[in-house]
Amino acid sequence: MSLGKAASKKYHDQGVALNIHEYQAKALLRDAGAPVSDGRVVLKAEDAKTAAGALDGPAWVVKAQIHAGGRGKGSFKEPDAGEKGGVRITGSAQAAAEETRRMLGRTLVTKQTGPAGKQVNRIYIEDGSTIDREMYLALLVDRGTSRVSFVASTEGGMDIEEVAEATPERILSFSVDPATGYQAFHGRRIAFALGLEGPQVKQCVKLMGQLHDLFVSRDMEMLEINPLIVTRGGDLKCLDAKMGFDSNALYRQADIAELRDTTEEDPKELEASRHDLNYIALDGEIGCMVNGAGLAMATMDIIKLYGAEPANFLDVGGGATKEKVTEAFKIITSDPNVKGILVNIFGGIMRCDIIAEGVVAAVREVGLKVPLVVRLEGTNVEDGKQIIDSSGLDVIAADNLKDGAEKIVKAVKG
Amino acid sequence: MRSRRRAGIPGGPLPQEERAGFEWDSVVAVLIDRNTKVICQGLTGSQGTFHSQQAIDYGTKMVGGVTPGKGGQEHIGLPVFDSVHEARAATGANATAIYVPPPFAADGILEAVDAGMEVIVAITEGIPVLDMLRVKRALEDSTSVLVGPNCPGVITPEECKIGIMPGHIHKKGSVGVVSRSGTLTYEAVKQTTDVGLGQSTCVGIGGDPIKGTEHVDVLEWFLADEETRSIMMIGEIGGSAEEDAAQFLKDEAKRGRAKPVAGFIAGRTAPPGRRMGHAGAIVAGGKGGADDKIEAMRSAGIVVADSPSGLGEAMLEAIG
Repeated sequence: MSLGKAASKKYHDQGVALNIHEYQAKALLRDAGAPVSDGRVVLKAEDAKTAAGALDGPAWVVKAQIHAGGRGKGSFKEPDAGEKGGVRITGSAQAAAEETRRMLGRTLVTKQTGPAGKQVNRIYIEDGSTIDREMYLALLVDRGTSRVSFVASTEGGMDIEEVAEATPERILSFSVDPATGYQAFHGRRIAFALGLEGPQVKQCVKLMGQLHDLFVSRDMEMLEINPLIVTRGGDLKCLDAKMGFDSNALYRQADIAELRDTTEEDPKELEASRHDLNYIALDGEIGCMVNGAGLAMATMDIIKLYGAEPANFLDVGGGATKEKVTEAFKIITSDPNVKGILVNIFGGIMRCDIIAEGVVAAVREVGLKVPLVVRLEGTNVEDGKQIIDSSGLDVIAADNLKDGAEKIVKAVKG
Repeated sequence: MRSRRRAGIPGGPLPQEERAGFEWDSVVAVLIDRNTKVICQGLTGSQGTFHSQQAIDYGTKMVGGVTPGKGGQEHIGLPVFDSVHEARAATGANATAIYVPPPFAADGILEAVDAGMEVIVAITEGIPVLDMLRVKRALEDSTSVLVGPNCPGVITPEECKIGIMPGHIHKKGSVGVVSRSGTLTYEAVKQTTDVGLGQSTCVGIGGDPIKGTEHVDVLEWFLADEETRSIMMIGEIGGSAEEDAAQFLKDEAKRGRAKPVAGFIAGRTAPPGRRMGHAGAIVAGGKGGADDKIEAMRSAGIVVADSPSGLGEAMLEAIG
């Protein structure tokens, strides 16, 4: 086993596109034939008792379902949710139902949620498992090799990034040739590296094949089983599961797309995604509207360079219409922190006159309460400038990127 | 012919002695020139039609297009074929521009690889990543060069334009531009035009995490190209392509192959863990951040601009 930092780096490179909840991930695993505990999801407090009663015990694990890690070590904001974290083990169905009612609707704060925390709208009650050993297993799309890679470690239940840092020799990582796909030897390699014995080796070969097939057939970008356990009975089981899906492939994964939980998302970002806009909310005071992701990032950077902070990332894309630009403008101005707006367009496919019409229409519709600087360049730039000039609106024109950044920062900061 | 693309696959570039076998004369300076014969896959669609017309107007030698089921027709003055194989056989095309919608784009690229197209430029944004893994596997056994996907394309100013970039901002000159971003490339192009240098060839490698051509590949081509006297490299957060590129330039400099290089990294202010529009632009777990990339680039002697408005000046500074 080797790879240490390389494996860690591969892991770090993974972004997540569409995330789903643990209980949804486990349902997919169950359907694929992978070993998981029996469990029930609870959305309404009154269903807690029935859900808990449907499980056999003798232990019931009650788990808050939010799209953030560190749930077990987290804590609730509301005192009546109890002092324990977002994962609670109980000894009776009744106690499980009580803990469920206590956590539902409350705010869980973990190291990944930020101080605001996340509201818990779903609880998963699961049969408890007896644990002999905890291990780590993940599959991911590896940028380095352009293949699907396995990452396995004897150190389960821990942050794999910390394991990679401290004890890289305990991580095994290798990729699978897409031409031949998963083979039994892949599974054996993992089994022996994890120190599995006897029938567990066969179980591992089967399970790794199921996970690989699921990963590929469902267009995942990341699948993490942490921990993968050996039960006291000597069997493998997936105790926790995290999945991220490729948003580009959702057109052919309609049922996965339906698992999206929009309550986990920022409302402005959600609204933007409805209009097919790339928008990310940030903490600063200058709203930006840009075409192209790279230029949008660079625009944020230059705002910072001139002493202010960007309020958002917003890429209107290459095929924006007047309506799309108007929506983008509305989303930016709906942020109360925005004290000024910089529009930066380098028209390629995107024509400057379209942007100009959209901006003018948006200002007419929602009004303009903050300074607006517009920098236009590229395709149909003269038409665009003409539209802005003749609109009679109070728009500050900029000649280039530097000029635009200087002007908006000056207008906001004085 | 040994694949020129090998310089960029994992494991790093080939040693110098192996590289000597490249048949540079049989292809072109950097990917495309006035003699490149280009077809368009997806010609009859709205994007294919618009950008092929623009390419023709720019002077690109467009020789045909492919739309399955529309073979035998004529579209914007070009013959339409049912397959890439047919189009290549009939026209002698050696390059293709792909504007096929995402669900069918990987199929289109694989068809072009199978037909032996030398240069494949995939403009399409939103191709599923697992499709791209199959494409990458197919490229390993071929001599085709894929640029993209999710990229603005390739242009050799005043000779050949394959892609969606506005032709008029380019000017024939000496700077080779390589970039992961579209519009930020235009910024670099305009600024190198404004300071009077112009461009030899501009290659937009695209914003996806899995792509045909990496920075390293293009740098190798630029170092070997006589027309290119200096290089502008535009990167962004996510992955380690810029670090690899910096290491490559360091190693090549030790072998006495060096040209002035300026650069920029977008995304210094991007919050960690968020994808900034491009699927590949994400800082995760403290890796792929802008500062590490900038440091790696500076240590390789690259003049890195602090501001995206300082690209032209950085290039002048690098040239000295």
